[in-house]
Amino acid sequence: MSTAPGSSIRRLAGTWIGIVPFLIFAVLFILMPTANIVIGAFQDTDGGFTLTNMARLFEPRLMASFWLSIKVSLMSAGLGVLTGFLIAVAVSHGGLPPRLRAPLLTFSGVAANFAGVPLAFAFIATLGRLGFITILLKEWLGINIYSAGFNLISFWGLIFVYLYFQLALMLLIIMPALDGLKKEWREAAEVLGATHLQYWRMVALPVLFPALLGTFALLFANSFGAIATAQALTGSSQSLITIQLFAQIRGDVLQDPRIGYAIAFGMIVITGLANALYIVLRQRSEKWIK
Amino acid sequence: MDQMTTAAPRARRRRNLWSWIAFTLGVAYFVLPLIGMFEFSLRKRRDAYSFDAYTSILGDPQFQQTFLYSLVMSLVTVVLGLLLVLPTAFWVRLKLPAMRPVVEFITLLPLVIPVIVIAFGYIRMFNTSSFLPMTGSIMGTNILLAIGYATLSLPYMYRAIDNGLRTIDVGTLTEAAQSLGAGWLTILYRIMLPNVYTAVLSGAFLTISIVLGEYVFAALLDRPALGPYMVWVGGNKAYEPAALAVIAFAVTWGLMGLIQAMSRLSKHTRVAR
Repeated sequence: MSTAPGSSIRRLAGTWIGIVPFLIFAVLFILMPTANIVIGAFQDTDGGFTLTNMARLFEPRLMASFWLSIKVSLMSAGLGVLTGFLIAVAVSHGGLPPRLRAPLLTFSGVAANFAGVPLAFAFIATLGRLGFITILLKEWLGINIYSAGFNLISFWGLIFVYLYFQLALMLLIIMPALDGLKKEWREAAEVLGATHLQYWRMVALPVLFPALLGTFALLFANSFGAIATAQALTGSSQSLITIQLFAQIRGDVLQDPRIGYAIAFGMIVITGLANALYIVLRQRSEKWIK
Repeated sequence: MDQMTTAAPRARRRRNLWSWIAFTLGVAYFVLPLIGMFEFSLRKRRDAYSFDAYTSILGDPQFQQTFLYSLVMSLVTVVLGLLLVLPTAFWVRLKLPAMRPVVEFITLLPLVIPVIVIAFGYIRMFNTSSFLPMTGSIMGTNILLAIGYATLSLPYMYRAIDNGLRTIDVGTLTEAAQSLGAGWLTILYRIMLPNVYTAVLSGAFLTISIVLGEYVFAALLDRPALGPYMVWVGGNKAYEPAALAVIAFAVTWGLMGLIQAMSRLSKHTRVAR
């Protein structure tokens, strides 16, 4: 009776109906808009297939923007991983009082979300030409950091600001991973005569390596897609690829509209690769640290 | 042996010193910009510290309107996200565990695809000459913006609610409810929702925090939200931006504090049971 085709179809429909609204939403508002961009990147204005849009990505102006975004992301992710790792190790294995941990994690949770426009304002108020620290250094120590070559609205200034949320995110991810290092490993290493440094170099770091590299990829993608902080901080003096695309969409740049598709497609490829790397490495790191 | 006993404490002390240096530098980096923005926000009056920048911001009708707009949008987004995620996460746990990786992958896509690209896709797909011309009217654009925000918060909302559902026995509760004659809506909103209330609230606060500060979507869809207003203030005022940053930080801190309180509360109830 239950094998009648009508009822089995109904049963199948009954099983799937609960996620149909979600799937419709996902197709309509995530997959199709993205597919629209990807397909558009390979179409000319009449809808025919073309590689001209892609070829135009290699114009020096756009290449320079992509390269700038990649450099900012690499540097801010690299510095975030490095400094975050050192601070996390100091707090969890460096003999600091354990009660520092919880406040640091709570604060990191806030700082990781304190991005965008307000973050740029905070740094301008602190290290801008009239910023708190700029003036303090000038009045107390007679050091004028701006005449010494420092400029917040620059490549390194931008990286220094990005480091705020990158470092916070790194701490949020790596502190639990450091807790996963088993005490037995360190004891075993010590029994075998390893020094502290040898333990880190030959046991802890290899175990943590996938987690570190994976977090690096995540931070890279995090910074690569960012725009609000950079726009509020530097205007358009640092022409990141996101700022270029934003101007293109707004219509501030009057030229071939197809180029926007190509830029967006290039961005999807880059963040897609970074995230794929993150997912693969996270799985690998969970083999040891759970 | 003798050498080791004297060398070890000294090494530990040195390690301790380096740990303190790393920690102090980190804290300084995190805290100094906060002090800086606070001090700067007080400088509006020439001769003395004052809260003039704050009264100027809070009294600005533009601020009030955009803040209200973003607040309403964030609440709409929370409701939309809840309607979308709770039934889905529930159903996947109950009937389609095999679909879990697929659904999870989709919910993570908004983290993979840059926000600006998603917004660009919306503008191209829902413009006036498309099959669903949402950007043609103001209401349509508002709805599209809420949908965009729901998409941005999908990863956080889904993970929060799915984690909440993991702590309860979805199957048994559903069967019990059904044997008492409850329909799907009753099960979802009178049984599942109260059980994952704290998880839902954490997701909701995070969503509000994201929506309040969001810039790209609102600017590209040309809606009067707080993000674009903040950028405008940044370009046109001297001390008000710092005051805005202080307000934004206080709001973020408050929402994150609520999330922490929620998770502590939920641990409490679970232990008590």
